[in-house]
Amino acid sequence: MDIYGETFTSRLMLGTARYPSPDILKQSIEASGAEIVTVSLRRESANERAGQAFWNLIRETGVRVLPNTAGCHSVREAVTTAQMAREVFGTNWVKLEVIGDADTLQPDLFGLVEAARILTKDGFQVFAYTTEDLVAADRLVEAGCRVLMPWGSPIGSARGLNNVYGLRAMRARFPEATLLVDAGIGVPSHAAQAMELGYDGVLLSSAVALAGDPVSMARAFRLSVEAGRLAFEADPLQPRDMAEPSTPVLGLASFA
Amino acid sequence: MRVVLNGEPAEIDADTLDRALAELGYGDAVVATALNSEFVPAPMRGEARIAEDDRIEIIAPMKGG
Repeated sequence: MDIYGETFTSRLMLGTARYPSPDILKQSIEASGAEIVTVSLRRESANERAGQAFWNLIRETGVRVLPNTAGCHSVREAVTTAQMAREVFGTNWVKLEVIGDADTLQPDLFGLVEAARILTKDGFQVFAYTTEDLVAADRLVEAGCRVLMPWGSPIGSARGLNNVYGLRAMRARFPEATLLVDAGIGVPSHAAQAMELGYDGVLLSSAVALAGDPVSMARAFRLSVEAGRLAFEADPLQPRDMAEPSTPVLGLASFA
Repeated sequence: MRVVLNGEPAEIDADTLDRALAELGYGDAVVATALNSEFVPAPMRGEARIAEDDRIEIIAPMKGG
């Protein structure tokens, strides 16, 4: 998988929030085979220093980090958060989220495009959390985004791919972009479906972190992403309306 | 001097951001800073003057999805 000119073997990216314990987070990252995990920024207390302990844990895993701007509802918030993340994490990567709706956490596509323009001009490599809207995607690509992350369905909803047609159209419209389905993945079959559509990868978080056995679920997702990609590359049979015999009819005995 | 530190009222003596970090006990912690909603890069903290009622944000790595 190509990410801004770098090649990664794993097509599964994992969030780091809401795990039962730091140890299970670490084991889940290993079981998933993920080479990239998402991280965030929050206020730090001088006494507790919770962020320092978390950062040390992530560094021990050796994976690359993708900082997000989760929780930002304005261009200014997102840009400032991205700038702070670049300094703290030492990366130009940013998963750009500008949230526009409190109930669905749907991206504010207008703010997203504006923030993407500002950040790409400032040297960031933007992973844009977007919808399957083709016009917004076009503007994001124009702004310099080479990685687009359309939602499968609302964040944390576990509803899978809400708009398969839209995602398929997006893949066809942007063959050169790195497209990752982000958000709404609930079970491994959802991830496999995204991969079968030709998506370059998937990013998920709660589906593993909140599973009864996160480590086993991380492995299940690893296998499903690999299976989905393999299926896509194998050129799947296309659906048809009517039956077609799978057993040859030529030479069929007649008992009429 | 009265300031708003990470959304909470606080009293500090420091008049620059780098001194405020030291006074508050952040030491060598990996943090990023903003003053009145503007990002202040680490090398600029010594020049970032703090005034009464300024809003200081000190943030660090956290779990994310």
